Amino acid sequence: MQWLSYFAFGDMGWGDELLSGLLVTLSLAFCALPLGLGLGITVAAAAMAQGSWLRRVALVFTTVIRGLPELLTLFIIYHGVGLVLNQGVNALWPNFGYIEFSPFIAGTIALGLVFAGYSAEVFRGAWLATDKGQREAALALGLNKVLVFRLVELPQITRLALPGLGNLWINLVKDTALVSIIALDDLMRMANVAVGSTKKPFVFFLAVCLVYWLVCMLFEWCIAKLEKRANRGIQSF
Amino acid sequence: MFDLVLNYSDKLLAGAAMTLQLTLVSVSLAALMALPLALVRHQPHTLMRYPIRLYVSFFRGTPLIAQLFLVYYGSGQFRHELSDLGLWWLFRDPLYCALLTFTLNSAAYQVEILRGALNAVPKGEVEAGRAVGMKAHLLYRRIILPHAYRIAFPALGNEVILMIKGGAIASVITILDLMGQTKRVFAQTFDVSVYLWAAVIYLVMTSIFVWLWRKAELRLSRHLYRI
Repeated sequence: MQWLSYFAFGDMGWGDELLSGLLVTLSLAFCALPLGLGLGITVAAAAMAQGSWLRRVALVFTTVIRGLPELLTLFIIYHGVGLVLNQGVNALWPNFGYIEFSPFIAGTIALGLVFAGYSAEVFRGAWLATDKGQREAALALGLNKVLVFRLVELPQITRLALPGLGNLWINLVKDTALVSIIALDDLMRMANVAVGSTKKPFVFFLAVCLVYWLVCMLFEWCIAKLEKRANRGIQSF
Repeated sequence: MFDLVLNYSDKLLAGAAMTLQLTLVSVSLAALMALPLALVRHQPHTLMRYPIRLYVSFFRGTPLIAQLFLVYYGSGQFRHELSDLGLWWLFRDPLYCALLTFTLNSAAYQVEILRGALNAVPKGEVEAGRAVGMKAHLLYRRIILPHAYRIAFPALGNEVILMIKGGAIASVITILDLMGQTKRVFAQTFDVSVYLWAAVIYLVMTSIFVWLWRKAELRLSRHLYRI
């Protein structure tokens, strides 16, 4: 029972520190999500372009992102973009000084790219599964390409892509734990700090695992609800 | 950029070998562990499925890095108890900790894959096997398991790739796999291009594996295609 006292709020316990870490973890995931979704559907659109160089670019992007460890992507963004940024700024304005590339932004970009790489494939699969006749019918009615996409295809793509995107979202939430390595004060790193001070690694890492587990189960429940809502117009056998 | 890879190529290749070993050992051990668990999980009327469900849910619902820290650092809290049990040598060594964590993690995913595959074996095949008088043991050995593994094969390949990539996390607990060596070279040279070389090696490793796995899959399902 004395283990519980480690999680008290206030100066004596680590409850509030862990909670603030959880908020950083969640805000990171929620910032990376729109980036990943937007880029993902763009890449999917590029991959659908018949016989265009865009298609090759999309293929290279998804292959590379899905072939690299998330940790490596994170390091490439964090160190690489930081370096390029500083070199660029120093070339334009000498004596500008050193810019610290924020780990939060690096984490958002890296996780967004990973999400985009995987979600592009999910979107492409959903796109291919939509009925071609509907697109032709909409074009025959005189809708332009943008309207066809927005009014006819997108609603169906979202429904078909939802299960795949749900899995990716859970993976994204779990992958946020990696940013603790580049010193962002997320849940994982707050646990590390707490362990450094209390010398109780098992208690804190178990607690962190349980929190992630709980968060993932909560999101799984939400996704199941969303899927049910998305499929409300569909008759199942 | 190229002199860097010439100077440090032996380190990067040693790291890649370490990554492959780590993956191979943990995925194989996990495969041995996953089969009995999946078979028990598949039985409809046993209470044993609930602990297995809990195990699978926990390892799939938490980040691998948190699991690794729980095993490697968390075990330090029970150092005396583990020494008394004669198990401290296992938890003292980061490599054993990584192998243990990756095995448990991969086994959880493989149980789920095999469960899906066992469910997907057509009922008619099982009934036909029973009709010719096969006992449960023979039925599993000759009918159910070969077909289930054939169904699970692509998903198991994905799991191996996930492990090659997920193994990069071992670098955090001082293991010198490809990621660990890369970080070390970067700390010595501050040359970002070493990350790009690591990326190339990872891509080559996963591409070769995908190619080999597809070959194996074609061979396993050669009865389905006319030559």
